[in-house]
Amino acid sequence: MHGLVNRAIQCFVRDSYGQSRWLEVTRRAGVEVTDFEAMLHYDDSVTENLIAAAKDLIGVPEETVLEDIGTYLVTHPNVEALRRLLRFGGVDFVDFLHSLDELPDRAKLAVDDLVLPSMEVRQHSAESFSLTCKGEQAGFGYVMIGILRTMADDYGALVFLEHRGAQADAEVIDITLVEQAFASGREFELGARAG
Amino acid sequence: MSDTQDHSETLATLDVLCPMHVCLDKFGKITHAGPTVTKLYGEHSILGIRFLEAFELNRPHSITSMETLLAAAGKKLHLKKRVEPQTGLKGVLMPCAEGGAIVNLSFGISILDAVQEYSLSASDFAATDLTIEMLYLVEAKSAAMEAHRKLNQRLQGAKIAAEEQAYTDTLTGLKNRRALDHILPRMVEDRTPFGLLHVDLDFFKEVNDTKGHAAGDIVLQHVAKVLVDSSRGDDVVARVGGDEFVLVINGTIDEEILGRICTRIIKEVERPVAYKDTLCKVSASVGIAIYDGNGSASAEQLMDDADMALYASKHDGRATFTLYTPKLRENSPLAINH
Repeated sequence: MHGLVNRAIQCFVRDSYGQSRWLEVTRRAGVEVTDFEAMLHYDDSVTENLIAAAKDLIGVPEETVLEDIGTYLVTHPNVEALRRLLRFGGVDFVDFLHSLDELPDRAKLAVDDLVLPSMEVRQHSAESFSLTCKGEQAGFGYVMIGILRTMADDYGALVFLEHRGAQADAEVIDITLVEQAFASGREFELGARAG
Repeated sequence: MSDTQDHSETLATLDVLCPMHVCLDKFGKITHAGPTVTKLYGEHSILGIRFLEAFELNRPHSITSMETLLAAAGKKLHLKKRVEPQTGLKGVLMPCAEGGAIVNLSFGISILDAVQEYSLSASDFAATDLTIEMLYLVEAKSAAMEAHRKLNQRLQGAKIAAEEQAYTDTLTGLKNRRALDHILPRMVEDRTPFGLLHVDLDFFKEVNDTKGHAAGDIVLQHVAKVLVDSSRGDDVVARVGGDEFVLVINGTIDEEILGRICTRIIKEVERPVAYKDTLCKVSASVGIAIYDGNGSASAEQLMDDADMALYASKHDGRATFTLYTPKLRENSPLAINH
């Protein structure tokens, strides 16, 4: 697994629950490393064990942990760069949704050995969409729910999201756009580079 | 449909397709500017003024009139705004109806500053323009480079710490045999003169045997402190065996000075060391070899010379020092074995 994924889990636990909780998570997961390098690779089992340990220690279902990680990734000031990179995808939320098709390719442009699940967005009507994630990382759909919910806020759109469960290696998320311009959303200036 | 209506429809089309275009009349005056060009000038309107008054043309050279501008049709133009900020631009001009022309502009590499200076957003660019993708790439690559830079920094730090560890004797904090094997040949290679002192403790085995290893460790730490105190910052102090030490006195080859250093070391090492409620007493024998910076001796040879001199000190009743001379080899009982 790419170090960025483990690093994301580490930063999420550390920034949300504190460093000592993070150390507990690594101990329970039986992982020697306590400080993951974003640009190295680790065994896949490390990631699975970290998520399982985080679920136990935080005391919430695994889906909630994954969704919270997604939310963390696009809200916390420590990872502001990622929110900005996602906002480059579109000028409004619908535009952004359609840009998800190319998200794995965009990620590759930034970090060429990062493999994200393939994503396909379908529009069923003016306000109804679905996102299909296909890949080896089971549960990635829940991370996407956290990301989508927060990015909708970011664009000022009001949406309902529902995980329809996994079939084979595919996860499907239903997205209902209640209002494209519900609130004013957060600023996005092209020139304001994240520190 | 009138001509005027036709014309304004064309302009509206151009505004979407090329938001950075300007239209010129046959006199070279600006009759229309796309929305992004208009934004670049803020409250200054450029309508009605000459194109060459609004923009300074850097290349091609010597274009001063509408006539010469038209002659550059289809060529790449390098220009900049005459008003601050003087953003650099690229452009291409093509003639159009009634002796006029259309110039389409773009930022080129100045885009990184321009998005900040003019607070540009995605809607300031044509939908087909790759600028947004380029800005995405710049940001994404900067973030990835930053992550790599941090990784390299941490790896560098870890490497230095590991090397430090590999070259350090953990009990005394002195350099170890590996460090000495690394340093000594380099000093010989660099022709740096030095005095080499090989120090071996006397009666250390008795302390270890009668008072235990913990007492022995304290004695070794005491000796390490004596050796460090007897040397300067650019000298080398190493523990090369159980109770064997080597000092490399950088730049000092005077026999008398080296002798004084040995006398001091022996005197200080002999100071009893308290362990629990007993006192531990050891002494030291020293062998000296000198490298004058000219000889053809190798580091290995010098170590062997110092060892030979040390053996002579031991043979001489211990607690003393001996300077190596080739004669020692003839007299040494070891010589017979060679």
